[in-house]
Amino acid sequence: MSTTDVLAHTRDWSLGDNPEQDSPFRDIDVFVQKNGKNQHLDLHVSGAKCAACLAKIENNVRSMDGVTEARLNLSTGKFAVTWQGPLPASAIAEKVSGLGYGVSAAAETDAEDLQRKEERELLLSMGVAAFAAANIMLLSVSVWAGAGEMGGNTRQILHAISGAIALPAVAYSGRPFFRSAWSVLKRGRANMDVPISLAIILAFTVSVVETIRGGEHAYFDAATMLIFFLLIGRFLEARVRRRACSAANDLAGMSNRAVTRIDCDGNAIKVNPGVVAPGDTILLAQGERAVVDMALADALCELDESLVTGESAPHVISQGMRIYAGAVNLSGPIRAKALARASDSLLADIARMLEAGEQRRSAYRKIADKAVSLYVPFVHSTAALTFIGWMLAGAGFRESILIAVSTLIITCPCALALAAPVAHVVAAGKMFQLGIFLKSGDALERFATVDTIVLDKTGTLSLGVPQLSEETDAQVIKDAAMLARASRHPLSRAIADAAGPGPVAASVKELPGKGLEAIVDGEIWRLGSARWIGHLEAETHTRNLFLQRGDGTPVALEFTDRLVPGTDEAIRSLEKAGYQTEILSGDSEERVAEVARELGITRYTAAASPQAKAEHLEKLRGQGRKVLMVGDGLNDAGALSLAHASVTPGTAVDISQSASDAVYSGGIASIPVLLKLSQRTRSVMLENFTFAAAYNLVAIPIAVTGHATPLVAALAMSFSSVAVSLNAIRLAAFVEEK
Amino acid sequence: MSGILYLIPIALFMGLLGLGGFIWAVRSGQFDDPAGSANRILIDEDKPL
Repeated sequence: MSTTDVLAHTRDWSLGDNPEQDSPFRDIDVFVQKNGKNQHLDLHVSGAKCAACLAKIENNVRSMDGVTEARLNLSTGKFAVTWQGPLPASAIAEKVSGLGYGVSAAAETDAEDLQRKEERELLLSMGVAAFAAANIMLLSVSVWAGAGEMGGNTRQILHAISGAIALPAVAYSGRPFFRSAWSVLKRGRANMDVPISLAIILAFTVSVVETIRGGEHAYFDAATMLIFFLLIGRFLEARVRRRACSAANDLAGMSNRAVTRIDCDGNAIKVNPGVVAPGDTILLAQGERAVVDMALADALCELDESLVTGESAPHVISQGMRIYAGAVNLSGPIRAKALARASDSLLADIARMLEAGEQRRSAYRKIADKAVSLYVPFVHSTAALTFIGWMLAGAGFRESILIAVSTLIITCPCALALAAPVAHVVAAGKMFQLGIFLKSGDALERFATVDTIVLDKTGTLSLGVPQLSEETDAQVIKDAAMLARASRHPLSRAIADAAGPGPVAASVKELPGKGLEAIVDGEIWRLGSARWIGHLEAETHTRNLFLQRGDGTPVALEFTDRLVPGTDEAIRSLEKAGYQTEILSGDSEERVAEVARELGITRYTAAASPQAKAEHLEKLRGQGRKVLMVGDGLNDAGALSLAHASVTPGTAVDISQSASDAVYSGGIASIPVLLKLSQRTRSVMLENFTFAAAYNLVAIPIAVTGHATPLVAALAMSFSSVAVSLNAIRLAAFVEEK
Repeated sequence: MSGILYLIPIALFMGLLGLGGFIWAVRSGQFDDPAGSANRILIDEDKPL
């Protein structure tokens, strides 16, 4: 293709005439809900962490014209704004973005909605159980205190009142357990909720019978307390899970961008990505990210595909070539033909890969589940044997049943149920302090068993953003910036960053694949590749740009991709701890080799596509290795969800963040800390389980021999739960080793 | 001893009030944003008392 065939995309750089038109949020109108005079918009805000952020965002938006309500949910990042009047939605998004936070249209997924309802239900059940347990305990203490002196009638009345409180409480708060046990039993299996439900129901029934007969012991207190403690564990787990799920919103946010479609009359209209069909003509503006896979209809286009392939150098494509969803258009506006629906795009494929990985991960048998599968049959058989044993010993039906039920209650897995969630919650809190955001509790167990670490290069080990080499002459930078400020090309942005704010040359022409050209002080200035400028003797290292002012000699501008500070020490400490490290990157062989050499890592794979990355991980998994994947780009998302455990830097694409198990801010030095803390947590959890087992060993003989009164059962339960929680709190004392 | 006959119902009634208040709070979404609630008290309002 000769240079004369090049279609030069000119853009008039009269800056800022119409800020609304140029706003990247101009499409957000599509997501506004109108209700009479009120307009409502849900935004997803990322980066808000503290009171100051909250105040800043809410107050700034509230002060906008017509805004009646602006509330930010700091836990989930959802920002709900209601306003009346002519205020455009894009202005609100602009305002928040201008304050320094990430903004996108929010779309609450079904899964998130379900989780929110589940958490709320657990909280309500917990409240009711707490009320019941406390009031019944009030009455039970009276009964125990009056042992020997209290008359039978008084005792019966107190038991009856306890029963009246217990009945609605058990029926309402016990639902999560009953429902779960029933759904599992229907399929002919058992989980931990089966003995729990059994114990609750039996305890309640036996107590009712005993109350009617005026008997001495009633277990209403034990039943309600059991429910209460177990619900605490469930609730904590649900909360940790929900906090994590909000990050998944950003995946939707990325495709939640209106697409500009050109209809048959030649009009450009904004449409919801969901209605785009193959064959539609799409207009992709400069700087806009493609939402569907398309084929270029114009002659040339320069794309930033780093999100998709990890390749850090921009890619020039010609007519007919494919533009993947997720790529950013670096040149002027282009037209393209949609190749598939949004749901069939590469973005959607990656999302599906994520889901597949999710399912694989939830099939991972947590330690708790393994403990339960041993525990359940054990508990049932012990109770049954106790009953039979006492019957054979001639104790009579009533006596035997009472002892069997008390065995069932005292062996009930309060400690077991709390062992894992409490440890997870404390560990997650500690990690948060250390700058690591943990997505789910069971991820900790997987982190603890990792033996191999696979690292992505761009954005993880290296900063991922080209930096102008420090040796460049200041005047050269200043001059180059006059052209560079007009372009969105990553190399131009690096120059503009290095130069700081300043003037832009008038009428800068951007030629895809070549460079920038403008007339400055009567001379033609060019900033671009060596070949275009005609400086043929220079090495054609794609990282170099050349600046030619008028007829002067072209001056080189070199770019490097610096390593994240602290990476070297982090890799050293990981290797010292015995992990095998390797690099898996989509970038070119020479750059990956360079970084590997610098860090002293011997194993690396370069030029890997997202599929190739996933395959590599499968291979490692086949070798029996437990892999920790560290990556940041969209091209890592599939690999992240397939690895045994995964972690992403805070600077990563949101999709990668939602695919991984944890997100770290504060550099790669967080990884050794994360692994160490996970191992501590795992040992604390095992300690808890051991304690729960030991407690049972002590409690069972007491129950079986008939010494377990409701008093004993209640005390034993509280004691075991508290002990397990205290042990978990020890994790908060974890200190990073320097 | 007959005091118990009216004291227990009173105690239970007060407990139920508390429970009712808790249920209302959960239903009206007051527990949906624990991080936000924790941080809002730290916000400096420059209005004079």
